Amino acid sequence: MTTAPTPTPVVAPPVAQRRRRRGPEVLRRPLALIGLAIGLAWFVIAIAAPLIAPYDPLAQEFELFQPPSRDHLFGTDELGRDVFSRVIYGSRLSIPLALLLVALATLLGGVLGALAGYFRSWVDPVVMRCTDLVFAFPAIILAMVVTASLGPNIRNAVLAIVIVAWPAYARVVRGLVLSLGDSEFVQSSRLLGSSSRRALVRDILPNVAGPVVVLATLDLANAILLLAGLSFLGLGAQPPDPEWGSMVAVGTQYFQYWWMGTFPGLAIFSAVIAFNFLGDSLRDWLDPRGASRDRGRGAQTP
Amino acid sequence: MTLLAVEDLHVSVPTGDGRLDLVDSVSYAVGEGRVFGIAGESGSGKTVSVLALMGLLPRGASVTGEARFAGDDLIAMRPSRLRKICGREIGLVFQDPMTSFHPMLSVGRQLTEHVRYHYGTSAQDARARAVALLDEVRIPDPEAALDRYPHEFSGGMRQRIAIASALVCEPRLLIADEPTTALDVTVQAGILRLLDRLRRDRALSVILITHDLGVMSAVADDLTVFYGGRIVEDGPAPEVLQAPRHPYTRALLDALPHPELERGSVLRGIPGPAAQPGHWPTGCVFHPRCDHAIEACRTEEPPTIVDGARRFACPVDPFRR
Amino acid sequence: MIEPGRPRSRAPWPFLRFLGRRLAALVVLALGITLIAFVLTQLVPGDPALSALGPVTSADPEAVAAYHEKWGMDKPLPVQYLTYLGNLLQGDLGISQLSHQPVLDDLRQTIPATAELAFLSMALAILVGVPLGIIAAIRQNRAADHTLRVVSLAGISMPTFWLALLALYVFFFRLNWFPGGGRLDPGVLPPDQITGMYTLDAVLQGQWSVARDALHHLVLPAIVLAAFNVSLIMRYTRSAILEVVNDDYVRAARAKGLPERSVVLRHVLRAALPSIVTVLGLVFANVLTGAVLVENIFSWPGVGQYAYQASIELDLPAIMGVSLFVAIVYITVNFVVDVLYGVIDPRLRLR
Repeated sequence: MTTAPTPTPVVAPPVAQRRRRRGPEVLRRPLALIGLAIGLAWFVIAIAAPLIAPYDPLAQEFELFQPPSRDHLFGTDELGRDVFSRVIYGSRLSIPLALLLVALATLLGGVLGALAGYFRSWVDPVVMRCTDLVFAFPAIILAMVVTASLGPNIRNAVLAIVIVAWPAYARVVRGLVLSLGDSEFVQSSRLLGSSSRRALVRDILPNVAGPVVVLATLDLANAILLLAGLSFLGLGAQPPDPEWGSMVAVGTQYFQYWWMGTFPGLAIFSAVIAFNFLGDSLRDWLDPRGASRDRGRGAQTP
Repeated sequence: MTLLAVEDLHVSVPTGDGRLDLVDSVSYAVGEGRVFGIAGESGSGKTVSVLALMGLLPRGASVTGEARFAGDDLIAMRPSRLRKICGREIGLVFQDPMTSFHPMLSVGRQLTEHVRYHYGTSAQDARARAVALLDEVRIPDPEAALDRYPHEFSGGMRQRIAIASALVCEPRLLIADEPTTALDVTVQAGILRLLDRLRRDRALSVILITHDLGVMSAVADDLTVFYGGRIVEDGPAPEVLQAPRHPYTRALLDALPHPELERGSVLRGIPGPAAQPGHWPTGCVFHPRCDHAIEACRTEEPPTIVDGARRFACPVDPFRR
Repeated sequence: MIEPGRPRSRAPWPFLRFLGRRLAALVVLALGITLIAFVLTQLVPGDPALSALGPVTSADPEAVAAYHEKWGMDKPLPVQYLTYLGNLLQGDLGISQLSHQPVLDDLRQTIPATAELAFLSMALAILVGVPLGIIAAIRQNRAADHTLRVVSLAGISMPTFWLALLALYVFFFRLNWFPGGGRLDPGVLPPDQITGMYTLDAVLQGQWSVARDALHHLVLPAIVLAAFNVSLIMRYTRSAILEVVNDDYVRAARAKGLPERSVVLRHVLRAALPSIVTVLGLVFANVLTGAVLVENIFSWPGVGQYAYQASIELDLPAIMGVSLFVAIVYITVNFVVDVLYGVIDPRLRLR
């Protein structure tokens, strides 16, 4: 698990001894393994939803408010739909959308951060002041305002979250590019006549990948939470879409029928914790001393 | 009278797989009122061997052997009892005065907290005692110094304060781990004079750890030389420094810039890298760097040879008179 | 006098400069926010006068004209923006299109409700999170640490609104230990407004039964709101402690023979404190985030609810008001954190 080296005051264990370990890294990190398993399970469920779900998620064909039973594992909702099928189909919204918006945020933030770090001059302050502005708001309030003014639907919710999420990447990438830009190997490749663009793409970006992957994995967790939160508030997915957050929202209106909110919430929780397990282990692995652990903006979620 | 007798001390720490030996079969005795010097390069186990006595090694370190301090075995005793001896009977001064003070606590707090804990002294009395000690280690305006913070003092001043802190409980043994290494040469001399004076005034025993034999010759009564987690030579300091019997001690002395050395003679460093834990050579740990090594040195652990007050671990004994 | 003295201000000027820089940052940020909000107003279709004045008043052309006049709506955009700023400087945040009340009055009513919730929840989070973080750090890589790691990851993975739902189901619907929402039981009159925080106001006025009732309503949402921050604070505390636990001065404290308890609590924790304080800004942001959702579920009439309603209805003056409030909170919290650094670490006092 956490492999902080035993703090001995005097010695670093000899390299030969340190290398002799059994099995791939991931097997010695149970949390990473669990996270990976749950995450993959949700991918499979999302792909194979029609095969797994016993009923049509939109079909209002059952008795209302049935508690969980053999026929309806998670019961039925206020319109007589099968909650289990809706939860299964919900993965088709949350998982791909989270991936999409993290990809967009990484791209946007990464490019702006790299430009800011590389060209400095006027680009840097402009980009950094923009990130300040975004950071001045709690994520959900900004996302809420943006979604509301663009019109409440799931596409705008994704867009709003991208707007909230990109600055974290911009800052991380900018910091790394700044420190790498001064490092010897980049300087020397410049001396050898590489153009700015080639230096950026060939020398700097590969070194930025590790921290960004960690951030993105943890951000997948946040993205799912934030998206569910917006939908919960009625600003994301609209009825009758089977979206986890909006299902919990309906559940709060009928909370005596506990199954309506509990199971979709459990789905959110399991997907989020999967990416948190994975991201946390990944961070430990890339940075065993934990120097950057829990630093930066960290998670901010509904 | 012997104050501290260390017998067959072994220290090892766990690593990813297996254990790493840091100190191996070390024995020595510190006489009351004497300055006992421990010399050696970094990685030779000199610091670890004293930290082990005080129970200050990280969790997981294994310490075996015996260390009788005024009759009680420090190694066998319960940690809670050891803690009561540390600080109260044994004072410790660390190598780097820039890092050994808590940066956010006032000097006064750091000079008095252990007296108050060990003796239940009142705040005023502890403060008075701290003022007296600061005065003794020549800190100007000691009263005001107590209300200041470590970063407001220079390195030399801090080391004086560290010595005052180690002495405030009136210990019988002061352990000083490279107390002058991090300091300017001019400041070094002052600290050494201070240690020497305190020792005389207080009948204090001192363990002085340093890699610098020049420092040793100035203050040590007895001297032991560590190499590769083992003792290679020990005896009365003047004799050891005048006529070393182990090639390693000789090499250390040759590597020393010496004012008495005739002009034009070349400083000789010791060839090869120092042995590091986990890579102790077989046989005599010093043989890969030794000019006098013979075939047996590669395979057989050298026996300890006793000659009067002197001990050394070199059967070749190339410097016999 | 052995305790480290209160921070003596040796150099007042650097502090004033620091204060000045902070205030300048606040102004720049506030300007940025007003600009964004202003741009948003331009994007939204329709005449804001009509929605602001309500159906009855907006039937009167003179009232509409007066509104246009006041907000400079017949002038070019930059002038409109300046007019808007001018009104703002006079404390006029505009009129909420939803409540038809000045936004400032709305905020005066909702902010204390959220503040009450936020303070209790932050206190809970700190009181639970810091000790758990200490335990995880001193038991590093042992069972307790591994367990707490899983618990804390679970804590930051739990959707707040779902936790609120579960809490309501169990503690209100099933066990009926706590009320299901609102600030007071029906029929209980709120105390006279002093701070606007019911619990505090009731205590100040000696209305013990009201205070009890207010607290009773406060506990469940505060706990739900604290859950995420407990995990966050725990993780920060753990890593902050691990960063200093092997420092020389910690070993020096042990060498002095101080008991482990005081080594950890007085020396290690003290050194870790600046890093722990850093997280407070983040915690505050999380509380505001969580407030939107928790207030929604617990029918808590706070800023979170207000912001939510304002967003849904695109009530721009209200959105602006909330945004400015949040930005001020953000800057204030960061300012307080910076000042705390100086209080904690004497090395920073001179700068």
